[in-house]
Amino acid sequence: MKTQKKFTADDIRLTSMCAVPILIVFVFCYLPMIGIIMAFKNFKYNKGIFGSDWVGLDNFKTFILSNDFMVLLKNTLVNNALMIAFSTAAAVALAVLLFNLKSRSKTKFFQTVFITPHFISWVVVGYIVYSFLNPSYGIVNSLLKMMELPEVEWYSIPWLWIPILVITETWKTIGMNSVIYYATLMSIDESLFEAARMDGAGKWMITKKIILPELASIVTIMTIMAIGKIFRADFGLFYFVPRNVGALYPVTDVFDTYIFRQMRIDNNLNISAAAGLLQSVVGFICVMVTNHVVNRVDSDKALF
Amino acid sequence: MQNIRPGSKRTKRQMGLTIFLGILCIFFLLPFIILLSVSFSSEKDILLHGYSVLPQHFSTESYEYLFKNATGIIQAYKVTIITSFVTMIGAVLLDALIAYPLSLKRMTGKKWISLYLYFTMLFSGGLVPTYILIAKYLNLCDTYLVYILPALISPWYIFMMRTSFAAIPDGLLEAAKIDGANEYTVFFRIVLPLSKPVLATVALFTFLTKWNDWNTSMLYINDENMISLQYLLQRIMENITMLQNSERDLSGYMSVSDIPSETVRMAMAVVVAGPALLVFPFFQKYFVKGLTVGSVKG
Repeated sequence: MKTQKKFTADDIRLTSMCAVPILIVFVFCYLPMIGIIMAFKNFKYNKGIFGSDWVGLDNFKTFILSNDFMVLLKNTLVNNALMIAFSTAAAVALAVLLFNLKSRSKTKFFQTVFITPHFISWVVVGYIVYSFLNPSYGIVNSLLKMMELPEVEWYSIPWLWIPILVITETWKTIGMNSVIYYATLMSIDESLFEAARMDGAGKWMITKKIILPELASIVTIMTIMAIGKIFRADFGLFYFVPRNVGALYPVTDVFDTYIFRQMRIDNNLNISAAAGLLQSVVGFICVMVTNHVVNRVDSDKALF
Repeated sequence: MQNIRPGSKRTKRQMGLTIFLGILCIFFLLPFIILLSVSFSSEKDILLHGYSVLPQHFSTESYEYLFKNATGIIQAYKVTIITSFVTMIGAVLLDALIAYPLSLKRMTGKKWISLYLYFTMLFSGGLVPTYILIAKYLNLCDTYLVYILPALISPWYIFMMRTSFAAIPDGLLEAAKIDGANEYTVFFRIVLPLSKPVLATVALFTFLTKWNDWNTSMLYINDENMISLQYLLQRIMENITMLQNSERDLSGYMSVSDIPSETVRMAMAVVVAGPALLVFPFFQKYFVKGLTVGSVKG
């Protein structure tokens, strides 16, 4: 017997629980989406979003044809790709090492240490990097001087910042990233290891034949998802760590820092809005495509 | 039995692994040690020998200077503490409030609500429209609300909570309802007390995100008395540099070269980052669990 579904008092209560969160999301996430029409307008602050004149695709044309565009595209993609590769490899290696450590209390201690950098802001990280690379007093130049090597003007040589940013990013995220791999390893059936040991497999054999294959699927998923976000750069990393030094822009300027600078410093809202919309749309397409790919690989891990 | 024999290959390997990870840890913590060390050095040593891993002469002059001129810092601390706590409490409550209905099988329309939340993680209006909305239409610049309101709802945490709530046995909720409890009572009396790990995780993460918030001040705050700690830290980095670049004595009674600027900067960084680093180890047992339970799918 199918009973007629009734809207009870409790259903009203449940719905009311959702009301405030839905409203807040509407105001701060959905209302700005209406604002994307700005990218097609010549925005004047006093005329407002709706009163400003339409200019079609002019803002996009200006942005894409500008000298900045190719540099931004290259920097965003190259830096992010290197960071994905390097920090994933490091996090997997760390997770395997921690997993091989049999003492749980030691594992916990090490995990705490490696997660620590996750909880400081990029501003503080900027200070830390500065304490290493400060041309006059920094640790690295002091060391170079001690070894009688020439000192380096770190904040004026762009290409050096590719490895510096990758290392900084890895240092900050490795602990948190390794948590998910470590958890995957913890969920492997213990009897699998027992059987392998019975058959006389050594540590390296176990790592190669059991641990890495078990990790393969989650690594694939995490990497694909990271690729989905490849057009988004971490603003804090690219802005505070190179201290927004103009000389380093050829390597450190990415879409996110450019959009901010155009808006707040150069007061160029139209270009900024167009660049932002372009980034959002391309990013969205990327995530949809990667999700489709993940669905093919392992539909359990797909986002939707 | 291989694994109980002391001195076996296995024990040695464990030792080696511990030592390796230990050394790695030291390298990991080195930046923090240097930060602390510079902040406790005397300015003279720094100017002569540069930064070092251990202070050559222990000195608290930077902290003394910092706290003598501290009105700005205390104000920024106040702003940061208020906004962090209010956002934390509000976010945990509101995220949980919507996560609970979404975790129930019989909730109608939950698929649409999930999609509504989820879409915001995939697509955003972007920086400029958000800025115009908040600055021009909502008029929230230079208020506490601009720190709090936009940070209240996080789809990611909602989905984490939903997964955790869904693991609570249905029988428990049904029993309470047979005893006459309504959904709000069930939520506050049963669901919340049973979900401490995930609530603690969200609380910690929200708090630390807010504690480390520089972008709100950077975008929406013009009033010096309303900026957050992290942004003040950023400003001090620029300001001292500016002071050093100018020939004139700007501070009136203290000549520019008398400001122990190198050590003060690092002392400031310690004062800003310290509280966050002291808090999180106490929550670790919760959030490692909370993070691995959280799955977005649904």
